[in-house]
Amino acid sequence: MTDVALWSTAAVAGPLLGAILTLVRGRLFTQLGLAVAAASSLLAGLGLTRIVALEGPGRHLLGGWGAPLGIELLADGLAVIMLLTTAGVGSAVSLYATAYFGDVDDPGMDVAPGGRAARFFTPVWLLLWTSLNGVFLSGDLFNLYVNLEILGLSAAAVVTLAVTAKATLAGMRYLLVSLVGSMLFLLGVALLYTAYGTLSLEGLAAAGPTGVVPAVALGAMTVGLAAKTALFPLHAWLPPAHSAAPAPGSALLSALVVKASFYIIVRLWLHVYGVGLVGAGEGALLFLGALGAGAVVWGSLLALRQLSLKRLIAYSTVAQIGYLFIMFPLLPEVAGGVAQEGEMGWRVDAWGGGIYHAVSHAFAKAAMFLAAGTMTYAVADDSLPSISGIAHRLPMSFLAFGLGGLSLAGLPPSGGFVAKWLMLSAALATDRWLWAGIIALGGLLTIAYVLLVMRYALEVRETPTAFRSVPRRMEWTAMALALTAVALGFRAVEILDLLDVGGAAPW
Amino acid sequence: MIPILDWALLPLLVVLSSFVPGIWIMFLREDQHGLRTGLNMAGAIAKFVLVILMLQGVAMGLSYEWRIEVLPGIAFSLVGDGLALLFVTLSASLWLVTTVYAVGYLEGSPHRTRFFSFFSLCVTATTGLAMAGDLFTFVIFYEALTWATYPLIVHRGSPEAIRAGRLYLIYTLTAGTVLVVGAVALFAEAGTLDFVPGGALDPEAVAGAPVRYLVIFFLLLGGLAVKAALVPLHGWLPTAMVAPAPVSALLHAVAVVKAGAFGVVRLLHSIFGIELATEMGVAIVVAMGAGFTIIYGSVRALNQDDLKRRLAFSTVSQLSYVALGVALLLPASHIGGLVHLVHQGIMKITLFFCAGVLSEVLGVKRVSDMGGVGRRLPLTMGAFSIAALGMVGLPPMAGFISKWYLGIGGLGSDLPWVVPVLLASSLLNAAYFLPIVRTAWFDDRNSEWKDSGRGAFLEADWRLVLPAVTTALLALGCGLLAGSEWSPLGWTLLLVERGHL
Repeated sequence: MTDVALWSTAAVAGPLLGAILTLVRGRLFTQLGLAVAAASSLLAGLGLTRIVALEGPGRHLLGGWGAPLGIELLADGLAVIMLLTTAGVGSAVSLYATAYFGDVDDPGMDVAPGGRAARFFTPVWLLLWTSLNGVFLSGDLFNLYVNLEILGLSAAAVVTLAVTAKATLAGMRYLLVSLVGSMLFLLGVALLYTAYGTLSLEGLAAAGPTGVVPAVALGAMTVGLAAKTALFPLHAWLPPAHSAAPAPGSALLSALVVKASFYIIVRLWLHVYGVGLVGAGEGALLFLGALGAGAVVWGSLLALRQLSLKRLIAYSTVAQIGYLFIMFPLLPEVAGGVAQEGEMGWRVDAWGGGIYHAVSHAFAKAAMFLAAGTMTYAVADDSLPSISGIAHRLPMSFLAFGLGGLSLAGLPPSGGFVAKWLMLSAALATDRWLWAGIIALGGLLTIAYVLLVMRYALEVRETPTAFRSVPRRMEWTAMALALTAVALGFRAVEILDLLDVGGAAPW
Repeated sequence: MIPILDWALLPLLVVLSSFVPGIWIMFLREDQHGLRTGLNMAGAIAKFVLVILMLQGVAMGLSYEWRIEVLPGIAFSLVGDGLALLFVTLSASLWLVTTVYAVGYLEGSPHRTRFFSFFSLCVTATTGLAMAGDLFTFVIFYEALTWATYPLIVHRGSPEAIRAGRLYLIYTLTAGTVLVVGAVALFAEAGTLDFVPGGALDPEAVAGAPVRYLVIFFLLLGGLAVKAALVPLHGWLPTAMVAPAPVSALLHAVAVVKAGAFGVVRLLHSIFGIELATEMGVAIVVAMGAGFTIIYGSVRALNQDDLKRRLAFSTVSQLSYVALGVALLLPASHIGGLVHLVHQGIMKITLFFCAGVLSEVLGVKRVSDMGGVGRRLPLTMGAFSIAALGMVGLPPMAGFISKWYLGIGGLGSDLPWVVPVLLASSLLNAAYFLPIVRTAWFDDRNSEWKDSGRGAFLEADWRLVLPAVTTALLALGCGLLAGSEWSPLGWTLLLVERGHL
């Protein structure tokens, strides 16, 4: 067994094994399952990163079946970066969850009575983790589809774990959107298979899909995936779902789950269709960017109007997803696509900025949702006025929220700042001042809604609300995530180098 | 040679010496007074000692640089060059004094843990941007300074404080965004963000894309001018007066407004280069903006009855001497502008210390209520008078030295309005400072004092009085001993001699 085979199998099999272990009742097995999943994911991520950095992209055919039928695993720079992000965020959230769900007898605001959430969160989350790793390592469309389906089901299950009428409704709606999205994706897969007779990403990329059928396929898949990513204007399901889920679930959904479908969009557009997009496809890139800009403005404005803490953060996710899509129109080197075939046709900084934003947003947003979860856990209410003065009682959670917000708003020093710097640089170097303006405006709006929360939290007035003491673990896991988001702002060179390894980027 | 002197980590240590206490204090309990004060003082003293070491090293001809690459071609770098040290020495020494003052001033008030934590972070950001070796690093600390200062401005939590804080954020965060866009545009166009003495840009490249560089210049200037309180972007500064006195002192002398002014110096000196900026015609725009601000600030200061507001408008005016000085293409005016960066800081911090003593000890906040305070608080008002006379520019105070060099520069400049502006401003300075001095010493007591009593040794708590006296003496010393090579003037002349400017 080669190293690639070993590590990529571990990345998928580890969390799956963990999920099975946690089906056994009791604390011991829950913790054992989480440990197995976290350890295998982290080790697999690091192992694959080493291989990719030293030897280039790794490939593995699961079970030895060859193309076009077999399950193909592919680890390149983009894949391992997402894998590591998931491992980092996932491990911290798992630790948080063991404390959050620990006290089953004391039903909090979003913990279900009877502890159903406490019992089922771990297996559902580990299944989710399995499918996330599966998505990032998939080298073929069918495998992607299968993992996407598992991802959608388990993500909707995470929402409904909070057994409230609101959560059930939001979860069902999410499931519906997710299923329609998967159907559209499958339609595109079928079209491509009929046209090219292969499902392998690299095989399709080599075939260079152009023409009507591939365009229709790409359109169908993109709409489906955009709905799953909650790209404006298909975002309406996200705020209720992400805010109704139990706090660790919200963190996972906002930080990782929406990134998985975004990841597939990136794979399809840049890896598979890549070069064909310069010139002819530029209008489409522009369209994706316009939706992203709409998301940034609309999501931020709605975040400013929310009265509930978790809904505010959920709308912020809608806005930040917009930035991911603003990457697309910034990718071509020259507006109008003059450089048709050359290697110089693409801007590395737009690409780096977009992915760096995905990574730092994952850490920052997870930190914010966990910190918000800690605050609502303490006061058993989710409305902004109820967290009045909480900064004085939970300083570390407040700080974690603030540092996460710092990165989200793209203020230095943070990963978000580096991402925004790169995207601005792509925009300004090619004279796309309008895009630069939107990127800058989005940052200011982000500051506004982060400060809205801070203002309530910092109020001096002591409200005589009931205050439940908080396990320390919930505080420092959020802090660790926030500090990671900040630390990403000090050293981006290696990550950007790693990102350039492999076929995800079309140069 | 002492081995530590060529230690490249020194600039980083200077930054960390207040960062570490700042973070540590954040996690202390409110009642851990001893540890908190200890950490504060230890940090302040450590920073001061480190800066003195670095100062000696640079005087001996060494230079310090510490950098890590963040993005391809862009580094986070801290340097200890001459210009950096001019500013960092000012902030390290005044921080030491202000820490003593703040501990005394805030005794017994709530939320001191939060206050001193952000107080330290504020100075961290200031020293960081003083030693920034390139625009990228400068931007990082410039933005960090914004959010480190905000909790200090809203410290009291009153509705006016919240309003002032909000105004501050709207101004500075927007400015920060503009600065970031300008910096990215500069990097996209020129491919470098480094600060280089005499200018980092290639004049031919600039000549090739004049409009583009013009836009970049004004984006950067716009981002900096807000903190430098250039009219019409000064609106936040007088409102921010609601902050506690030590914060105002720091804000006006060392931290925020100085960051803006220092940024303008870096922009003109180390990015564009003053010759190129003059050629592009942008230096004169800066000079005219500064000239207008000098007069405008002074005129507004005339009819402020609130002492701190009067001082605030005075800052608006005085700060633009720096911008005016560095915008003129003459060595003498550069020297005047840079020296004023230091002198104004020392004098203005004294004035704010004294204003704080007046309101804290006697409850006197307005100029019209100041009758007879000189007899009750002779040391304080003595310090105030020295600083005020210095601001007016009377010899042998520090302010005279800066105005002297600025005047020489103005005479040599081909802009006919510079000297009249300087003269008019000095007259206006006299018109709003001298009445305060007269009222304090010669008028009879004309208001109710809520006298909180004498201190053990002095007219009031020594931690409030001694810092003011110290900085007043420092201001006097900078003027009297201006010929010494360790005075701010001496240091600036050394920089000129070495071609650092």
